[in-house]
Amino acid sequence: MELILVNIIDGLVTGLLLFMLSAGLTLIFSMMGVLNFAHASFYMLGAYFAYQISIALGFWMGLLIAPLIVGVLGAGVERYGLRRVHQYGHVPELIFTFGLALLIEELVQFIWGKNQMPYNVPEVLNFTAFSIAGNSIPAFKIFMIFISIGIFIGLLYILTKTRVGMIIQAALSYPRTVEALGHNVPLIFMGVFGVGTALAGVAGVIAGPVLGTFPGMAFVLGSIVFVTIVIGGLGSLWGALVASLLIGWMTTFAKSYNIRMSDILNGIGISTPENLDDNIFRDFWTVTSPQIADILPYILMVLILIFRPAGLFGKRES
Amino acid sequence: MKKLTKLGAVSALSLIIGATSAFAENIKIAFIDPLSGPFASTGTNGLHQFEFAADYLVNQKGGVLGGTNFEVIGFDNKISPKESLIQLQVAIDQGVRYIVQGNSSGVANALTEAVEKHNKRNPDSRVLFLNYAAVDPALTNEKCNFWHFRFDANADLKMDAITDSIVANPDVSKVYLIGQDYSFGKAVAAAANRFLGEKSDTIEIVGDELHPIGKVKDFTPYSRKIVASGANAVITGNWGADMLGLGKSIIENGFEGPIYTYYAAGSGITAAFGESGKGTIRLVGEGKVNPSPSQEVSDYYNAFLAKHPDGNLDQTRIANTIGMLARAIEEAGTADDVVAVASALEGMEYETMFGGKILMRASDHQAIQDLHIFEHTDEDIAFPYDGSTFGVKVINTIEMAGADSPTTCEMKRP
Repeated sequence: MELILVNIIDGLVTGLLLFMLSAGLTLIFSMMGVLNFAHASFYMLGAYFAYQISIALGFWMGLLIAPLIVGVLGAGVERYGLRRVHQYGHVPELIFTFGLALLIEELVQFIWGKNQMPYNVPEVLNFTAFSIAGNSIPAFKIFMIFISIGIFIGLLYILTKTRVGMIIQAALSYPRTVEALGHNVPLIFMGVFGVGTALAGVAGVIAGPVLGTFPGMAFVLGSIVFVTIVIGGLGSLWGALVASLLIGWMTTFAKSYNIRMSDILNGIGISTPENLDDNIFRDFWTVTSPQIADILPYILMVLILIFRPAGLFGKRES
Repeated sequence: MKKLTKLGAVSALSLIIGATSAFAENIKIAFIDPLSGPFASTGTNGLHQFEFAADYLVNQKGGVLGGTNFEVIGFDNKISPKESLIQLQVAIDQGVRYIVQGNSSGVANALTEAVEKHNKRNPDSRVLFLNYAAVDPALTNEKCNFWHFRFDANADLKMDAITDSIVANPDVSKVYLIGQDYSFGKAVAAAANRFLGEKSDTIEIVGDELHPIGKVKDFTPYSRKIVASGANAVITGNWGADMLGLGKSIIENGFEGPIYTYYAAGSGITAAFGESGKGTIRLVGEGKVNPSPSQEVSDYYNAFLAKHPDGNLDQTRIANTIGMLARAIEEAGTADDVVAVASALEGMEYETMFGGKILMRASDHQAIQDLHIFEHTDEDIAFPYDGSTFGVKVINTIEMAGADSPTTCEMKRP
């Protein structure tokens, strides 16, 4: 039973990491209506920049500077790339971000090579915080939890309690009116894009030492981020949080326990066929939960799209 | 398609003309492995080691047959079996008689079949296939042929060595098997089950699991299961990002005990494990460099580093391949009659500078050699990997590993 507690913590770490990526993506989508395929690439850039900075100035400077650089890059992409493409409609925007993702991956390979980077947890955090029945919880994971919760609270505060947040929210629904009131809406767009990519950068900085810093890291995380924001409801910060945690816990628990499909089916009263080797459903009967853990979020997404197309917290009716 | 074929034919033709006029006397060795795409770094590093070995071990010592040099030519197969066969044809058309390849047993299986067919149909331009790293046991069992020689220990021999080391370790009573969900990962798990079952009644296999290859972003749930199972040793055939991710996660989450691996070194992995993998990561392989077995090896390694400062000399069998080929050519007295060269290679006993000898077993063309269990550490490391201070050090040696291992090969000689 102690394992349940351990899995809750592990799932929380996975979920919060996912949240940092999906928060930026969902903000960008709700504002500009464009799905940024290159979002996970900014996450990768965050990890590589932080690694490079950490060699010279240490981990903490990396945590501070790398997201800033990524954010500035993101803002630049919006200002000089997306904004120009925007006038041609959504499809060119999609293609633009898609191409950007490929470009960034090639660029990373060109500069840093194809190998794994030795980007490691800083010495101060390289110890076991506590352990539950022999399962140690590294201090770095606790640190990851605090960083992500801090960012969530900060974002929520800015968006709901400050003047800037109010203008952003207004620009979400009535950009023309906001513009007519004298606010610089393109600047707001650029800012949101920059902040969104910077968040992805932060995620990269703190995930790089744990999940590995290599050219495939964006690809591995890319699709699941989109699933998250669809489940949570496009444009909803709370939705992104809930969906991220849901996915984090769901995949962690599915991988941690070897639940067989035959156990479930027997449990609901269907008995296992006599001769399983000849049965056409053999693969279905013998499948175990770790094998399907990674597709569970996709199944959930399909169900959500069928029964609640706007997502868990989505407001859009169209 | 037609245009492409034409283009290929023209470029091949021009290469033949260029090659024959420029290097008329060289003995050409075609290196068919990935030189672009995701596995380019592995392939390129292998090519560097071949070029260096040919230059240092043969050409600088006056060549073979009284002054003929070795020349290694790289052919990019993009790790595709189909592309490899095209490159094989191009190489044969260029007058190459010796093919070396190692990355991916899928490619090796395709090549060995193609070479056998080609040699049957074209007795005048026969070629030898020197396999330096493809470890699928089938290549020296049911799929063996006279033209294929394997200089690396196959997956079964390596697992034999790993399980020997586990059985000899009194601290290990429970073993967890985890690997990538594809043919090699399954072969590793099957071999581990078989050998542990044969060798010990007391060692229990507490987990046997496969995970999706290249798709797992966080290995934490897997490591939790490993820790919870009470295992005190882990065996994995993982490579690349999956190796590093799994290893790091297992160590971070409180596992204490050895992790036995096939491929947890070089390509940035050694540097990335760094301090955390010390005393935990074990590897199986041939060829010892730490501690350096002789001055000869130190000189060899230093000369390699002088040429490729970022490179790792992590495949010592490449030097053995070149050395054994050179000796076989000398013994045969010709480089053109590959039947004579192959006959000289068969049953050859070769003293390697990395210590011990290598027997090219005549019955299946599998090299029998000393296998070592290495440990990832930074102590007594004269030759580290990846520009870090860490490298692999021999902790255990199995002499002439698997010399009496059975084979189903029925060798047909010409």
